[in-house]
Amino acid sequence: MLEIKDLRAAVNGVEILRGLNFSANAGEVHAIMGPNGSGKSTFAHVLSGKAGYEVLPGSQVRFQGRDLLELPAEERARLGLFLAFQYPVEIPGVTNANFLQTAANEIRESRGLDKLDALDFGDFLREKMAYVNVNPVMADRFVNHGFSGGEKKRNEILQLAVLEPSLAILDETDSGLDIDALRIVSEGVNKLRSPDRTFILVTHYQRLLSYVEPDFVHVLYKGQIVKSGGKDLALELEDKGYDWIKEEVDSNG
Amino acid sequence: MRSATNDNSGNRLTQMSSKDEQIDGTPYEGSRVEQSNREVADLAGQEYKYGWSTDIESDTFARGLNEDVVRAISARKGEPEWMTEWRLQAYRAWCGMQEPTWAKVRYARPDFQAISYYSAPKQQENPKSLDEMDPKLIETFEKLGIPLNEQKRLTGVAVDAVFDSVSVATTHRDILGKKGIIFCPISEALREHPELVKKYLGSVVPRGDNFYAALNSAVFSDGSFVYIPKGVKCPMDLSTYFRINAAQTGQFERTLIVADEGAQVSYLEGCTAPKRDENQLHAAVVELVAHAGATIRYSTVQNWYAGDEEGRGGIYNFVTKRGRCEENARISWTQVETGSAITWKYPSCILKGDNAVGEFYSVALTKGCQQADTGTKMLHVGKNTRSTIIAKTISAGRGDSSYRGLVHVAPTAANARSYTQCDSLLIGSQCGAHTFPYLDVRQPSASVEHEASTSKISEEQLFYCQSRGIRPENAISMVVNGFCKEVFDHLPMEFAVEASKLLSVSLEGSVG
Ligand SMILES: Nc1ncnc2c1ncn2[C@@H]1O[C@H](COP(=O)(O)OP(=O)(O)OP(=O)(O)O)[C@@H](O)[C@H]1O
Ligand SMILES: [Mg+2]
Repeated sequence: MLEIKDLRAAVNGVEILRGLNFSANAGEVHAIMGPNGSGKSTFAHVLSGKAGYEVLPGSQVRFQGRDLLELPAEERARLGLFLAFQYPVEIPGVTNANFLQTAANEIRESRGLDKLDALDFGDFLREKMAYVNVNPVMADRFVNHGFSGGEKKRNEILQLAVLEPSLAILDETDSGLDIDALRIVSEGVNKLRSPDRTFILVTHYQRLLSYVEPDFVHVLYKGQIVKSGGKDLALELEDKGYDWIKEEVDSNG
Repeated sequence: MRSATNDNSGNRLTQMSSKDEQIDGTPYEGSRVEQSNREVADLAGQEYKYGWSTDIESDTFARGLNEDVVRAISARKGEPEWMTEWRLQAYRAWCGMQEPTWAKVRYARPDFQAISYYSAPKQQENPKSLDEMDPKLIETFEKLGIPLNEQKRLTGVAVDAVFDSVSVATTHRDILGKKGIIFCPISEALREHPELVKKYLGSVVPRGDNFYAALNSAVFSDGSFVYIPKGVKCPMDLSTYFRINAAQTGQFERTLIVADEGAQVSYLEGCTAPKRDENQLHAAVVELVAHAGATIRYSTVQNWYAGDEEGRGGIYNFVTKRGRCEENARISWTQVETGSAITWKYPSCILKGDNAVGEFYSVALTKGCQQADTGTKMLHVGKNTRSTIIAKTISAGRGDSSYRGLVHVAPTAANARSYTQCDSLLIGSQCGAHTFPYLDVRQPSASVEHEASTSKISEEQLFYCQSRGIRPENAISMVVNGFCKEVFDHLPMEFAVEASKLLSVSLEGSVG
């Protein structure tokens, strides 16, 4: 469902993603780990179509049979791609409920489905809030406005539950969560796992992966996937850190 | 005097003096920041839906202004002698006045001798029924979405339709008349109810009040008159729809609304004009009188032609609106200003009686090359008077908006309370927003609060919305509508829906 070949992207003339190869099938959970500044968020942003990145020629990304790189961000979302932000954005004046209704309806419309009115959507939203354990009062709060760090992350999971994407990229959703919240968020992700939903979990911590068991673990370093393995790789990294991988890569390169 | 004093109640007083708040570090003139990446900027020319004109034979005065023109207008209207004299005195006062230059707007000064001061479609004035009306006029208003046929109208709104210098039809007069309510063109009121007009005309906005009010007093040709008798609650919303049609004419309408003791009325005003390359002047005066215990809600959706992308053409909207509240009375101004090349407008309240309440809820949008300098004046005279000001300013494209507001608390206004909130929203990096709050507090028991905020629709917000499948246009309209909600909540339902649509349409293409 996702196939990436030789993805190269630059910011302000500096190449951050430097020939990244990656592929995922429906229903798989992939963890991406890697040192700070290695390009994980950049990878997530480039996939979801954020402006300001120069994608270099030769890069290929196919998603659901489409050339992802030529689509504007909103069309990627309608195609089923979702990004849970490392730093969720505040939108004062717009309630979560209104925001999600607008989003859900635009996605529905693009798929030829009828729009949901405020009442029907309200029911749907309440159901999803209960499902991922988010306090119903959050529906009427402005999007992420004044939310605590942890509340913002949990709000991202709520959006994921509402928008039902086929590919969900979670950029450090586990960072900044307290122990209970981490468990709740992990449970949410586990509930949302399904044979036709793929997850890419960007994380620094093995802890998340002990709750949400990944099928694959990858290490992103200097803009490339330099190592891939099963869930044991994460344990190994937890134990040994990144130095041994960095040495391997730096001596080969 | 521009200073704030005490804050005895412990309330915040965040803004102490007049101050040009420079937003996002962009100086007003000259340096406009250019951004290289995809920008939330320039408005593609959104078509102005009401830019057509009606080809109709009219009786139009030659251009120019002098005492004879003033007399001729008065004569056309069949006015009593005292009214002609009133106009002439206004004219003489105007001759000695200077055009105000303190507003933060830049435009070519109108040539007052190049304007025609009277233009009326050739037809019988105030026809008894729609059958007597020129079908072209009926068609014009129908096309504007203002059917004059009572059966076709939305229930609950009576309308006075003003075309250039004259009122062409007023609906629902029979129903209203049964309650003793007078709703008619002001020219007719001058003939039918001269004692009322004489008593109230100029009692809130004196004829020499300011340059444009004086000009209006000399040459106003029509507008609406409303009188609600004691204790009567007007059974439907009243509205006036202003349409400028003729070229090179000015529109100078005069509205006078009197709510007698304990009366209640909600009044709506809408306006449009054809697209023309030259600027046209619209200088109106609105006077509201709320007697003891009365309530007047006055709502405006202003959508005059704004000029093209380069700033050619558009209406100069120089308006004086003011209301006087006796004790326990309430006046509430709600305005949504989206049109006009230049807007200069400060709907105000004189809170004369004890416990009087004044409110001002405003959304002003500037895009393209539009400039707006708008706000309010709340003059607290009576004890325990209260005022609330919520002003929302949206600037897009190269638009430039200023909020200018005065809160004056007289020594007599013990325990007066005033709250002001000014919020600016910037879309793109070439627009400007400024806040000029003036506080003049002369009563130590008063509490005056002012809060201001500026936000910008950021790239991050837009991307966040897009990443959820929301098109940038819809993201902007969602943010803007959220931003304006507090004001829209004060509009009558139908108007609120229209205002929300109007903003979305106005902002279409504002994403570069
Ligand atoms: N807009 C930008 N301008 C300049 N450099 C940038 C920009 N965005 C990202 N970078 C650089 O690209 C590199 C990769 O950043 P990225 O945010 O993708 O790292 P990351 O792997 O997500 O790190 P972390 O684990 O700290 O979240 C960093 O060196 C960062 O400074
Ligand atoms: Mg990151």
